[in-house]
Amino acid sequence: MSATPFLVLSAILFTIGCVGVLTRRNAIVVFMCVELMLNASNLALVTFSRVHGNLDGQVAAFFVMVVAAAEVVVGLAIIMTIFRTRRSASVDDASLLKY
Amino acid sequence: MNDFPWLTAAFVLPLVGAVAVMLVPRRGVADLPKKVALGFSVLTLLLVGALASRFDAGVEGFQLEEVHPWIEAFGAYYALGVDGIGLTLVLLTALLTPVVVLASWNDGERGRWSVNSFFAWMLALEGLAIGAFAATDVFLFYVLFEATLLPIYFLIGGFGGARRSYAALKFLIFSLLGGLVMLASVIGLYIETSKSADGPTYLLSELGPLLAGMDTGFGRWLFLGFFVAFAVKAPMFPVHTWLPDATDEGTPGTSVLLVSILDKIGTFGMIRFCLGLFPEASTWATPVVLVLAVFSILYGGTVAIGQRSIPRLIAYTSVSHFGFIVLGIFVMNSQGQVGSTFYMFAHGLSTGALFLVTGFFIARRGSRQIADFGGVQTVAPVMAGTFLLAGLSSLSLPGLAPFVSEFLVLLGAWVHNWWYAAFAVFGIVLSALYILLMYQRTMTGPVRPGIEKMLDLNGREVAAMAPLVALIVGFGFFPGPLLDVIEPAVETTLTTVDAEDPGPTVTEADVPSAPAAEEEAHQ
Amino acid sequence: MGISMSPVLSEGAVPVVAPSSGDGVFSLLWLVIALPALGAAVILVLGNRRTSAWAHLLGTATVAGSFLLSLVAFFALLGRDEGDRSVGQHLYTWFEAGRFTADIGFLLDPLSALFLLLITGVGGLIHVYSIGYMAHDERRARFFAYLNLFVAAMVMLVLSDNYLGLFLGWEGVGLASYLLIGFWQHKDSAAVAAKKAFVVNRVGDMGMVLAVSLIFATFGSVSFEGVSEVAAGASEATLAVIGLLLLLAACGKSAQVPLQSWLLDAMEGPTPVSALIHAATMVTAGVYLVVRSNFIFERTELGQGAVVIVGVVTLLFGAIIGCAKDDIKKVLAASTMSQIGYMMLAAGLGVAGYAFAIFHLLTHGFFKANMFLGAGSVMHAMDDDVDMRHYGALRKALPVTFLTFAMGYLAIIGFPGFSGFWSKDKIIESAFGENLWIGLAALAGAGITAFYMTRLMIMTFLAEKRWAPDVHPHEAPKVMTVPLMVLAALSVLGGLLLLGGWITDWLAPVVGVAEHHVLPLPAIAYTLIVTATVAVGIAVAWVFVMKRDIPREAPQEVSFVTRAARADLYGDAANEALLMRPGNTMVESLITFDDHGVDGVVDGTGSAAMGMSGTFRKVQTGYVRSYALSLLSGALLVVLALLAVNLV
Repeated sequence: MSATPFLVLSAILFTIGCVGVLTRRNAIVVFMCVELMLNASNLALVTFSRVHGNLDGQVAAFFVMVVAAAEVVVGLAIIMTIFRTRRSASVDDASLLKY
Repeated sequence: MNDFPWLTAAFVLPLVGAVAVMLVPRRGVADLPKKVALGFSVLTLLLVGALASRFDAGVEGFQLEEVHPWIEAFGAYYALGVDGIGLTLVLLTALLTPVVVLASWNDGERGRWSVNSFFAWMLALEGLAIGAFAATDVFLFYVLFEATLLPIYFLIGGFGGARRSYAALKFLIFSLLGGLVMLASVIGLYIETSKSADGPTYLLSELGPLLAGMDTGFGRWLFLGFFVAFAVKAPMFPVHTWLPDATDEGTPGTSVLLVSILDKIGTFGMIRFCLGLFPEASTWATPVVLVLAVFSILYGGTVAIGQRSIPRLIAYTSVSHFGFIVLGIFVMNSQGQVGSTFYMFAHGLSTGALFLVTGFFIARRGSRQIADFGGVQTVAPVMAGTFLLAGLSSLSLPGLAPFVSEFLVLLGAWVHNWWYAAFAVFGIVLSALYILLMYQRTMTGPVRPGIEKMLDLNGREVAAMAPLVALIVGFGFFPGPLLDVIEPAVETTLTTVDAEDPGPTVTEADVPSAPAAEEEAHQ
Repeated sequence: MGISMSPVLSEGAVPVVAPSSGDGVFSLLWLVIALPALGAAVILVLGNRRTSAWAHLLGTATVAGSFLLSLVAFFALLGRDEGDRSVGQHLYTWFEAGRFTADIGFLLDPLSALFLLLITGVGGLIHVYSIGYMAHDERRARFFAYLNLFVAAMVMLVLSDNYLGLFLGWEGVGLASYLLIGFWQHKDSAAVAAKKAFVVNRVGDMGMVLAVSLIFATFGSVSFEGVSEVAAGASEATLAVIGLLLLLAACGKSAQVPLQSWLLDAMEGPTPVSALIHAATMVTAGVYLVVRSNFIFERTELGQGAVVIVGVVTLLFGAIIGCAKDDIKKVLAASTMSQIGYMMLAAGLGVAGYAFAIFHLLTHGFFKANMFLGAGSVMHAMDDDVDMRHYGALRKALPVTFLTFAMGYLAIIGFPGFSGFWSKDKIIESAFGENLWIGLAALAGAGITAFYMTRLMIMTFLAEKRWAPDVHPHEAPKVMTVPLMVLAALSVLGGLLLLGGWITDWLAPVVGVAEHHVLPLPAIAYTLIVTATVAVGIAVAWVFVMKRDIPREAPQEVSFVTRAARADLYGDAANEALLMRPGNTMVESLITFDDHGVDGVVDGTGSAAMGMSGTFRKVQTGYVRSYALSLLSGALLVVLALLAVNLV
């Protein structure tokens, strides 16, 4: 079984996520795109795990999932707070940290 | 008590005092933090006095040594010890701090932070400075050298005048930049010593032989790194401009700690590290350094004459005086170096007195400008008299301590090469001009508006000034005890740089026999 | 009193200072300094208010004590053999470094013994006089402290056995002079004059510091004994440089051209100060320095020539200024300059003149102190007015002052028999022995002196009265007139010192024995010429001052010479044009350079950093996506770099 299709799929998913993060303004969508990139890398990890015949990649994928879950908790909470105060979920509106 | 760590005690006691002052409650007993600070500084003075009494004046080399490994990976030790030069400066630090605390009694009230922190920083500076003067390990010295910046930074930035932030930052950046260059040299030392069989070391006693075989070019670069840092600290032309701003904005007490103690670490470092570690490079750099020193003397003196603000004026006089100190160090003979070391001590006293007494009348008038004063002597004769004495000591009047040092430096300069003395001697005219012009404009003449109600020195202020005045006069006539302590240390330094005092050019052997002498007289 | 010539000295030999150790009365020498120093310290530490009741008594008593000690020491010295009249006392080592040693030690020899008597004697009289003169000044205690300080420093100056100790006294008297000129510091003019005196003296001090440095570098010692022993071995060039540097110092202290400008301004001080410091003692320190350093000057023609030139120029310079001044104290000050010029001239003549320089110094000390105190008495009577145009006919109102002043007047112009006659005559005679032109200059100086002093006498004591109606001149109290009488007596009798050549023999162990001069004319001829010149001076003054009206206001339409003399021969103007104005310009331009050049670089570096950060911080847009983009591009760069490295 060739690993190539899986890796290509992973690359495509990562690129979609990446473009989404860079172009979309809605915080939720940006967030989903980040998740997409994480999952793309998970797919690559699992694929390599399979290719090398050990479980290292799978373990790493689990780590990524746990971290992603934790990040979702914090990230969503921040998005919620921003939305409550500003009535907007656009990432461009929250630019207080500029020069 | 032979094993009692005297120097560590003198180093730590003020730091403990600083913590204690911070912990003292602000409310409750009136002025408690000030009293605690004064108590600790006096205790330190007593301790240093006891330490000095255990010092054997006639012996070369370090005494009261303590050596403990600290960071073995790069050969840093916790090593303290003093020779005559170090002891002189430790004494100066311990003497001046109680005086400054007493004189600055009310100067911490209007600061950005609490009164406690004002006095705590002073004590912290005292401890760190004593540590720096006693450090016999280059790395330890470097750490303490940099650490002393913090207290002054906070003292200027927290308790200074209107432009205190600017002044504090300028001071910090100058000193840090200088320190950074020195850090490069400190690392260079590591690279050099790590080649040796016993691994790297920063211990002064081991560095000397290790550096003897160093590559000449490399040694000169390392020397430059140290010298630049010390020149900034000293301060010498052209890296002096932080000092006028710092003294103009800082409280008088801060200025004393800065100019009388902290800046001495620079000139002290030149003797201890530049000459002590890099004798070849020091001799190589001598002509340039001497020209810079003479230029500093004349430049500082000239610029001082035209200053309008009193603390700035005193700052520029210090640029001139530090020129004398550097001149004496680099003429490489015992007159010059004994003079320079004593100059550090005497300048600490005289400039300290000058800053404090001017601080008293600046606080009363609420202005630092010379033009706002006039006729003070009529209303406050004791204050004017003290100011005059401090000023006369600054212009090196014989009979006052700075004369001994300034004369020895000029003598040493002449013995080295008379050109330097011939130019440097104009410094004595400049000093008369800047001091007496300032005195004339502020103290004499008709009483100016705003001066009529000026009060004379009060008991606390007299108590602060009296020891300084007594020391200035006392050491003016009897500098012997201190010079005896300094001389062996200078001999060691001169042996290191392989310099010898030239003898007289004319001896009895040159005197023609009696009839010939008569013949000559007849001509 | 004629003592036979010293067995240890032959003609023209330069003596070596070799003191024997002092014991007996000589071991108390330090007290001569310590007494007045203690007086000054007590009064200054306790303060003016607490001591005002008795400070003047303490001050006078300490100086009187010093005088008695000096007197005892002098007679003890007189009782010794001629070769043994040099006593040393080592007190302690002031400081040492390497081979250099500075001692506090004393050398009492015939030269310093005479100075001791002059300083403590005249000083004591002036202390007494000041009790009356300063009676109404609320800071009188402080005044006496300064006077005591002066006496202590001046004694240190002449008693020290080495150049550095001498310098200690040298600066000490400078300090006392500064404090006393500026004693009435509430007047701006006094404060400025005090500062000027100190600064000008400092210019001279440069010479002193360098001379001591060169002396040490050359001879390895700064004691008179050590230097005089080996001075013969030094090269002429070295000795000439030492001589010129010492002369610079002497010019500062003794107000000789070109450092003369401070002395006239120094008259801002109270009159006893002018008498003691700026006439009798301190300003003669330069002469002392040259005479004391005879073992150096004797061996350098250049140095001696320079001393002579300075002396001649100053004696004429001072005399000309004296002719045009209307301020009585300034006339006397100009005259002091001129008389010290005579002493310098004599000192520059070498062995032939040293003794006469000191002789004239002593007699001048008597008659000039006398006249200054007399002037003080006149001012006291005239409500502190110093303008002679407002005086006139005071001989009736102030008989004692007039008579004593007249003794001083006759002495200074060299009226036969009076002290100045003997001393000045000897100098002019020696000057002719050296060189005709120098002699003529000294002679001209004597004539001008006679003119301006007669003018002063006429304008003050003779002619018709020109006082304002509300002035009521009255004679001063006894405490002021008694010192005047004593000094007047000394002015008359001072010439006795020359009796039988006593003073030249007395000083011979210190300054050597003069070769016998062969003068082109017999000595009596010179005396007659000098006396005739003096008579001409008096006659001219009589015709031009006594026989004409003296206006109360100084006439403005006067000749170029008068204008120049009134402006101190443009000494101040020259200083201002050559030194002060360029100096001010330099100070200002250096400050500009410091603020904008040196500090400009510093601030410029700061501004540049600020500017750069201002540009670069624009990158922080606040938009998450732009951060994300830079993140991505960074990551891409890293990957590409890695690839590139791997591929190569």
